Amino acid sequence: MQRIPTRLGDGSLAEMTRAELEADLHAGVEIAVRRAKVDPLTDDEIAHLLDIFTSPAKFSAVDYGDEVVLSFDGAGNADIDSPVMEQILYQNHHGADSVELWHHDYSYKAVRTVLSFQAQMMKEAQLQTVVPLNYGAMPDLGRYSQPDGPAPNWSQLLPLGKIDEARQAQEEAIGHLEHDMLVVAETMIAAGADGLDFDTAGAAGDADLLATLHVVRQIRDRWPDIGVEVGQAAELVLGMHGELEYEGRRLAGMWPLEQLRAVTAAGATIFGPAVNVNTTKSLAWNTARACTLVKPVTAEATIPVHMNAGMGVGGVPMSPYPPADATSRASRALVDILKLDGL
Amino acid sequence: MASTHALASGMGGMRTAGDLVARMQITRGMRLPQAKQHVADKLGCTVLDLSDTIAMHDLRRDFGLGRIQVQDLTYPDEPGAIEAKFHIAETLGVPVNSVECFKRHTAPKRGAR
Repeated sequence: MQRIPTRLGDGSLAEMTRAELEADLHAGVEIAVRRAKVDPLTDDEIAHLLDIFTSPAKFSAVDYGDEVVLSFDGAGNADIDSPVMEQILYQNHHGADSVELWHHDYSYKAVRTVLSFQAQMMKEAQLQTVVPLNYGAMPDLGRYSQPDGPAPNWSQLLPLGKIDEARQAQEEAIGHLEHDMLVVAETMIAAGADGLDFDTAGAAGDADLLATLHVVRQIRDRWPDIGVEVGQAAELVLGMHGELEYEGRRLAGMWPLEQLRAVTAAGATIFGPAVNVNTTKSLAWNTARACTLVKPVTAEATIPVHMNAGMGVGGVPMSPYPPADATSRASRALVDILKLDGL
Repeated sequence: MASTHALASGMGGMRTAGDLVARMQITRGMRLPQAKQHVADKLGCTVLDLSDTIAMHDLRRDFGLGRIQVQDLTYPDEPGAIEAKFHIAETLGVPVNSVECFKRHTAPKRGAR
């Protein structure tokens, strides 16, 4: 039986038969259907994925004309110690359709402490770039809990059974986070930013996402022509608070389709669903699962959907150097199956 | 990874019309087919041309949309980065924030009179 080179979710090389790859595709679809209560991929879609993952080619790509917009969150590698120059490099050498200025400590709370310097970089970078240039960071609500922040630490309160206190602490933190994100947005827009990126929204749970949605709404109302991208942290919103709602919908437990609806209602112009990679499963399993979870999103979306496809999400292996054979297959599979607007 | 995605599924950025389509998504929230069609209509080309480096090289020159300098080609007499964005805003019919900032900052000041 011919064994085909492929990858596991950690990037390690594996050899599987065609039958094993097909079985993994079905298994990835099935677990997504069972957990998120979504429709399975069609037979034709699974057959297309099988073609992609059984190809012996080292590289895979979409058909001519099917290319999508790459937003390149966190553009630059921080290896030449010149953030402005890195934006130009991504524009000129990586074919970036848009780029994003960012700080090493990728958190709005941290950015507040060096905001004037970051904004000056934005101003300089805007004079030297043509492609849209956004500013991005994580909402990162956990930064506002003690000992790093002012609010009581809900991760310590919850194991003690102090549910009400934990909820109050998160509600206190939301106010601080919203203030910081809005100040950064206001300053970056004044410096010329084309848009704001709220990356890994919901990483600290439903309160993290709620603060983001509130700020997105304020940006849309105050600056109607400024772009707002909300990239999720995971396929499921964690209920660290559990009772928070946005426009009458409970945030905890939201899957990608419900996340899209909340983000759209808040006024974002780009939604970035994220599906985390299981490092012990094959790339075929992970990609099939990701496609199944996100397919309802692109079917319903009225705003562009740029799926997260970096290290450890969207079928791209969890590795600092994701192999090109694996990344290109994930990239093509997501675009072909989901009819994405971008990555 | 960035280059892999660019080659596997990306539009090509400034080599093509990727940045122009991106701008319609970012500024207007247009989905991909609508954004591509809008840009193609404004440039008077086909949607397929938008991902073609050869077609877009000439179109970007004609519209003054900015082109990437390479070893053998420089464009000292064509619009530079911020200058090209003035043309992009006009061609696509959308405001570009950095262009609006530039206009505000270069407008005559009362103290200079």
